[in-house]
Amino acid sequence: MKAKIIVMPKKTVLDPQGKTVKHALESIHFKGIKDVRIGKFMEIELEGGNKAALQKQIDEACLKLLSNPVIEDYEFTIES
Amino acid sequence: MKFGVIQFPGSNCDQDCYHTLANVFGQPTHYVWHKETSLGDVDCVVVPGGFSYGDYLRTGAIARFSPAMKAVADHAKAGGLVIGICNGFQILCEAHLLPGALIRNRSLKFICEHVQLRVETTDSPFTNACKKGQILRIPIAHGEGCYFAETEVIEQLKRDDRILLRYVNNPNGSVDNIAGICNEGRNVFGMMPHPERASEKILGSEDGRLIFESILAAVPVK
Repeated sequence: MKAKIIVMPKKTVLDPQGKTVKHALESIHFKGIKDVRIGKFMEIELEGGNKAALQKQIDEACLKLLSNPVIEDYEFTIES
Repeated sequence: MKFGVIQFPGSNCDQDCYHTLANVFGQPTHYVWHKETSLGDVDCVVVPGGFSYGDYLRTGAIARFSPAMKAVADHAKAGGLVIGICNGFQILCEAHLLPGALIRNRSLKFICEHVQLRVETTDSPFTNACKKGQILRIPIAHGEGCYFAETEVIEQLKRDDRILLRYVNNPNGSVDNIAGICNEGRNVFGMMPHPERASEKILGSEDGRLIFESILAAVPVK
């Protein structure tokens, strides 16, 4: 089993990386871009087990370590 | 007054802090390795600058879970003084000993230069030797020094007079020009600039001395 986690800067948090990449995309003539935000993608390989228990565990890991709730939002899926 | 300086893998201002406290101020000072569960006999703990654990994941995110940080939290809870400088400030935020977080500088650049700071309040163990409104010239050296907290947190900090230092010219995009804040109990302080790099004339500024002199004035000699 594998947990796939996406951590993104909160909407209220400045994302200068996203802004810079937006400008770069525009400079190479990509059109119609409203906004770019840059976050992190993580994969955690799991030994397996009860999916509900794993959900709870990954959620706790996201809250405690993998994201900082002050500045980031997260979402994840667990795939078999 | 007894000081402890925490050392994480990747700390690089620990020796500067030690030198300033032990040699410039002549205070008994010892290092505390991150794996230690006790701080020893200390009045004030310094969480120094650097790149603890390589800044992996987020600045300060890994250091926060080290045994020494558990001891720092206990020390803070008991009313002991804690000062976090630069990466130390980031670690104290990650450890929830201070509110908010430090994110990438607005310019995305690592900035290393002397900046001007305004002392916003002298009502703290870290600024009591300053004058309110006094301008201090102290260097910054960070890539992630942009202080962020939600509006209601900022309002609370203002109401409680917990913003101790503000940048005169905001170098990094920090909300409300914040350079240093303290906790509700006023015994835990975090600042991005480096007072230990501005405590001797040969270093170009001695204004950082005021931060350490405040700490020395705050704790009665046993």
